[in-house]
Formats: sequence, C-alpha cells, structure tokens
Amino acid sequence: MQKPIPPPPAGQPPPVQVVRLRKVYRDVAAVDGIDFTLAAGAVTALLGGNGAGKTTTISMLMGLVIPTSGEARVFGADMARERHRVLHRMNFESPYVDVPMRLTVRQNLEVYGRLYGVRHLKAQVAATAADLRLTEFLDRPYGKLSAGQKTRVSLAKALLNEPELLLLDEPTASLDPDTADWVRAKLQDYMRTRRATVVLASHNMAEVERLADRVIMLEQGRVIADETPAELIQRFGRSTLEEVFLAIARRTRAGEESVA
Amino acid sequence: MSGASQPGRPSRRLNEQTTLAASAGRIWGMVLRYWYVIRSSWPRTAELIYWPLVQMLMWGFLQSYLASTTSLAAKAAGLFIGAVLLWDILVRSQLGFAVAFLEDIWSRNLGHLMMSPLRPSELVAALMAVSFIKLMVAMVPVAILAYTFFGFNVLSLGFPFAAFFANLVLTSWALGLVSTGVVLRWGLGAESFAWLIVFVFLPLCCVYYPVDTLPAWLQPVALALPPTHVFEGLRAIVLEGRFVAAFMAKAFVLNVIYLALGFAAFTYFLQSARRHGTLVQMGE
Repeated sequence: MQKPIPPPPAGQPPPVQVVRLRKVYRDVAAVDGIDFTLAAGAVTALLGGNGAGKTTTISMLMGLVIPTSGEARVFGADMARERHRVLHRMNFESPYVDVPMRLTVRQNLEVYGRLYGVRHLKAQVAATAADLRLTEFLDRPYGKLSAGQKTRVSLAKALLNEPELLLLDEPTASLDPDTADWVRAKLQDYMRTRRATVVLASHNMAEVERLADRVIMLEQGRVIADETPAELIQRFGRSTLEEVFLAIARRTRAGEESVA
Repeated sequence: MSGASQPGRPSRRLNEQTTLAASAGRIWGMVLRYWYVIRSSWPRTAELIYWPLVQMLMWGFLQSYLASTTSLAAKAAGLFIGAVLLWDILVRSQLGFAVAFLEDIWSRNLGHLMMSPLRPSELVAALMAVSFIKLMVAMVPVAILAYTFFGFNVLSLGFPFAAFFANLVLTSWALGLVSTGVVLRWGLGAESFAWLIVFVFLPLCCVYYPVDTLPAWLQPVALALPPTHVFEGLRAIVLEGRFVAAFMAKAFVLNVIYLALGFAAFTYFLQSARRHGTLVQMGE
C-alpha cells in the first residue's frame, strides 16, 4: 500500500522518516510498529478515530514523547535524542495548546520569535500579523480574543519562523465554516509558496480532501491505509473520504463487538 | 512569509541556532515572557510584596515587644527581623522560580515551549533570572520597611549580607529545580509540592533558634542543609558581632552539591515525562 516516495535531494535526509515506531503505555500499544517517510513538500494527513495513535505519533515527531522502540527522524535527527538540532526548522499548531493568555498578541509573537531566533523580529511580526489579519489585535491580550482570532494567533506563531515542517493538530476545530475556510486557504498558500512539508491530524474529512495529497490511516496504533485521498475513496467504493472513514470505523467496531 | 528558501535548509530568516548569542536570545525571550506576566497584573505584583511585608511587620513588632521585656532580646536587636528577611529571601526566590514555571502549565503553553528550540538549561536559566527579579520586587520594599519602622538596615551588614543572600538564592534555585521537575513528571496533581517544599526547611534549618536547640539526632540533618549555616552566620553577627566565614563556605559547598543534584533531578524528571507522555497531557 505504500506509495513510492520521491527521493530527497542528494545528501539530504527526508523531512520525516518513521521506522518501526512503537510506543507502549503500560501494556497498551498506542503506536504499534508504524513506518512511513514523507517527501519534501508533501502534505500528509494522519487519520483515525480517537485513540488510533495520531497524537502519540505527532508527539514523537516533535520529540515530546520518547518511543518505546523504533525511530522518528526529522531532517535526519533522531527526535528522541537530538531534536534540538532541528526544532527551529519546524513548528506546531493546535487549538488545544494555547499561548499565554495575559500576554498581548505582539508580546506572544515577540517571545516565540526570540525562541526561534527569527531575524528582523519586529518586521517579521508585523508582516505575519498583517498576513493573518491580526494587526488590529496586536496589542490585545490573547485571552480576550475570540476562538477564530486565537486560531489565527496560533497560526501566526506556527508560521513565524517559516517552518519547513509544519505539524497541524485539527487546525480548524471549533471554528465557524467561514473562518475555517479562510484558515485552510491560508495554509494552502503557505504550503504552495514555501513548499513546506505538512503533517495534518484532523477529523474533518473535507479539510483533508482539500489539503492533503496523502492519507495515512491509523487504527489501534497501526497503519491500515496509506494512499492518496482519491485512491482511498476508489478502493473502498465510496464517494467521499468521510464515507471511507465511517466504513473503516464501523468495520473496526463490528470486529471488536464480535471478539467481545 | 513568502520568502521561501530551499526545503531541507534552515531559512535565511533565522539566526544561527547553536551560538552562545542564540542561547542568550532564547533565555531573554523567556525572561520577557515572565516579565510581561508580572507587568500585566498589579494584583500579582502586590501579592509578591504582601506576605513579606506582613511577616516583617509581625516579627518586627514582636521583636520590639521582647526587647522591652527581656535583656536577651534587647541585646539581640535585629535578630528576628534579620531572620525573617533572610527566610523570606529563600521562600520568595523558590516560589518565584516555581510559580513562573507553573504559569506555563496553567496557560496550557508548555507544549509550545517544549517543542520550541528552547533547551532545558535555557529554561532553567530564565527561571533563575525571573526568580531574582521577583525577589527584588518583593524584598526591596520589605528592606526599606525594616529600616524605616524598626531601624534594621540590612545593607549595614555589608559583605556578610551579600554572602547570606547569594547562598539562600542558590538553595532556592536547587529547590525550584526539584519542585518543577516533580510537576513536569506528575503534572498539576503535584503542584502543591512546588508551593510547600521550602517550608520543610523552616524547622530544620534553624531560622529562629541555634542548631543546638534541636535533638542530637536531628542536628546532622540540619547541618546538611545550606540555609542552616546562613542562619548560624546571622546569629554570630547579631549576637557576637563577628562574621564566621566558615559558615558561608560550608553553605556554598553544600549549595554546589544541591544545585548539581537539583539539575540532575530536573533533567531526570523531564526525560521521565517524555517517556511517560505526561508533557503532552500537560501541554494540552
């Protein structure tokens, strides 16, 4: 099922390489021996129900969780041991992780800009804020913004260092359809102009169809599909990715009930 | 955002990451982050000063009363006030360290920090700097009050005060490292540990009485704590008018050991949190 991966430029490791990656909490395998490699500029969606292993996989890619066995490599660096070599080349956005509420948008972006070593920081903050329609909120505390505005701040923080690898965990969760659409367009624009490699975890199948050119579906910590959205839809004989997702989820549930 | 560089190479819009200057930039970024929090809320600033002031007033008036009724207290003018001042240095500095770290957990910001290029040693350096800033915010008004109300001029102690101060701050950082490490590993369920750890020292490091007061079996424990030597040193100055350098040397050697153990504990707990996945749970 693995799609052939275009080889990385000579002498450069792929942006993401996951080899027999496994994470066991007590006696439960959250991630159970998965392998995949992402090419530069690829937009890959990690899909799966709750507990499928998406968050654990992304956490291991960030180096926040150490694998039980196997390797998660980013730009060639083993994220369990040498993640500080490459952390400045990646960033992360999730509505479930905030930036400090009491700090203004400008202060938050300045702080993160310094952490990522962004040059010409004031100009970069101003440009990023303008690009994400945040200029008028720059001096407002983050905690006093609406959900949509907070998402834009989170996105600004994630794009401030112009990451080559962007990890997105449900980037449009809890947004109204108009704002969500705007965020997706902004992400598409960034991916196109920067040729960034993107890993996207989402439960929004329309979003995945629009943004991702590859889908890795996880179930109980294992990869059960690794194809383009179109191939996946065709293989399951459905008309949308959402129908594929539901079919797999129901098949899994039926299997669990028959075992029980 | 459109100034693309080739994938696989760091953006030309980022500074070199491995230099000392880059490290200093990240530490400064974190110091700013904590400073913005202090600056954004006057109740928090008032809270920093409130307890040290209350303590100083209470012990200062008690000292005044005792001085009028007993000859020892009259002779030892400044003993209680000096002890309160030094004890508060230890408490405020440790809390300043631990609470700054807790801010990032309360604000669900830890995930972003931990996946940024910020290194653990840089986070620790920033926490140390912020604890010092908070200590200054809290203790300068208290020192002024001690002089104005009770005639106790802490600066008149000169070099000994600098030695007391430095040793207590070092101990507070060691305690801060252990307490934040515990919170990293076990999450906010262990938050109270960060608030309370320093108070274990209150009876043991003999703030208001000599080490001889303790039972014989407890005295070695007290002498293994750096602040005990600081408070013994304070009593030597106030009661006998002499500075005993050996007390400060012992405190300093113990502090070096405590700091090394504190940093080792912090590193161990951070690694343990990465193995157990607790960083992710706290970050969200």
